[in-house]
Amino acid sequence: MSELTLFLIRIAYLAILWIFVLSAVSVIRSDMFGARVPEPTRGGGAAAKARKQPKARPRKGVPTHVLVVEGANAGERADLADAPVLIGRGTDAAIRLDDDYVSTRHARIAASGDQWFVEDLGSTNGTYIGTVRINQPTTLTLGTQVRIGKTILELRK
Amino acid sequence: MAALSPVRAVTQATMFRSRRGAELFLLVLALFVGIGAYAAVGLGVDQQVPPDIVGYGGWLVALVVAAHLTVRFVAPYADPVLLPVVAALNGLGLAVIHRIDLAKTDTDFAAKQLFWMTVGVGLFIATLVFLSDHRALQRFTYTSGLAAVLLLLLPLAPGLGTEINGARIWIHVGGLSFQPGEIAKVLLVISFAGYLVLHRDALALAGRRFAGIDLPRGRDLGPILAMWLVSLLVLVAQRDLGSGLLFFCLFIVMLYVSTERAGWLVVGGFLFAAGVTATYVLSGSIGFLVHVRNRFDIWLNPMEYYDRTPGSFQLVEGLFGMSWGGLLGRGFGEGRPTRVPYAESDFIMAAIGEELGLTAVMAVILLYGLIVERGLRIALISRDSFGKLMATGLAALVGLQVFTVVGGVTRLIPLTGLTTPFLSYGGSSLVANWVIIALLLRISDHARRPLPDLSVPDDQDEMNTQVVKLP
Repeated sequence: MSELTLFLIRIAYLAILWIFVLSAVSVIRSDMFGARVPEPTRGGGAAAKARKQPKARPRKGVPTHVLVVEGANAGERADLADAPVLIGRGTDAAIRLDDDYVSTRHARIAASGDQWFVEDLGSTNGTYIGTVRINQPTTLTLGTQVRIGKTILELRK
Repeated sequence: MAALSPVRAVTQATMFRSRRGAELFLLVLALFVGIGAYAAVGLGVDQQVPPDIVGYGGWLVALVVAAHLTVRFVAPYADPVLLPVVAALNGLGLAVIHRIDLAKTDTDFAAKQLFWMTVGVGLFIATLVFLSDHRALQRFTYTSGLAAVLLLLLPLAPGLGTEINGARIWIHVGGLSFQPGEIAKVLLVISFAGYLVLHRDALALAGRRFAGIDLPRGRDLGPILAMWLVSLLVLVAQRDLGSGLLFFCLFIVMLYVSTERAGWLVVGGFLFAAGVTATYVLSGSIGFLVHVRNRFDIWLNPMEYYDRTPGSFQLVEGLFGMSWGGLLGRGFGEGRPTRVPYAESDFIMAAIGEELGLTAVMAVILLYGLIVERGLRIALISRDSFGKLMATGLAALVGLQVFTVVGGVTRLIPLTGLTTPFLSYGGSSLVANWVIIALLLRISDHARRPLPDLSVPDDQDEMNTQVVKLP
């Protein structure tokens, strides 16, 4: 077999190898950008939910962020768009409180449908709404004051 | 944890497609890589397409199709890239081993490797079918840890273990030889992941800050010191530098990932440096460590040891081969990879570098990079901590192994006896790596599968109950 044929075979094989590598990369790439849209915008049951939302909005007003109103970190806020919002002393908390009475992962604020809930994550000193210590996910409305340690938070528009 | 339910509805921001079609497309390309290499070897060495290409190709296709169908039915949302990449690497490895068989004429490594690949794919399928939830493995945290240590110590048992080339890591049962350490690696990852999920808080939160780095507490150092001792034991008793290094690095990586504290890297790096220095210094006076010291001397001055025994003949011939191969390689059949001892196992990267050149070596390293990237991506999107840690550990296992082997062959670090995953000749390693991929696919299937719809049908719900604001 001639030198040239062998050379061409070699080049062809290297080409196949690289075509494979590049196709794998392009599949990964399309996987990154091709992830489908969130649940509510698709399908029958979800469409019903979407219809309901605009009705609910003017009635209650939609909270957009959590604000620390009292305590060492007063004035700090977290966007509810990144829900669930984790509150605590740990580095992974969305609102990081410098308060000795707060646990590392103290509480979480999350949504279900168009309602917002606060949920205690097994903290040492508890999460309070008014003077009541909560022991299950509890509904939050605009302006409800949630007390965590020496800190008070509320939902704001 | 039942309190989590109201949260679920919003956390799912993206939905993954199953991508089985993309996987099939990549698998076809991967088969071209594998069977094409086999044909190119025949053309280069014997001037003709090998006569058994239909049988050989058919067998590869059957294995790949079986693996693909299993994934399609039992893990439909699994990652689409891992299986094709692995199939391509395995196919390329088979062809290169076959090429070395042809040059040596008295060996049939490729046939044995094909047998082990069949066993590997069989175990891959079995793992996916019988393990429907990777979290079940968390129950076996300590069991698998113990099993791993036993497997590691097995070659030291008299009568069972055998010493080959200075390292005592094989066992012989019947006519088969096996490296239990390869299976132990997978078990260790499971065991580390289970242990760290339980103890990450104690390891992450307690401790004091020194010079900008969070240093862990003294009492939490127990397990890391124990692991360090086990690695050293493996290193010293079995004279297996590579595995000792691998286990220790793996533990440090998983510790760092689970606690997010750079302090562990500092402590680990210090212990590692201390261990290596001590071994190097002591090896001058203690007889059985000469093996380790020898590796170091060869790494620093390969040319001086070229014609000594034990010397650097293998390493230097590998370097010569790779430089002769250059950018595009000599072509299959035109190089002389058999000049390097163990070109079919430890030095397969040198054989690829010689006959296919830097271009192919870079492609292969990129493919390993993709495996590691997919592993870490699976860890990122996984929803449970155990799955996250296990995926990280498995990805790190593959990454570290490739780094130590390719680094050793290219003289970046001292040469250690590890196998190149999926490429090298070696049954235990191949089988263990197929199981690793099956576990990664299982975790990724869980991570990418859409969540079941937990939200209450809100029509009735909202009509009957209303939020009433009290004055």
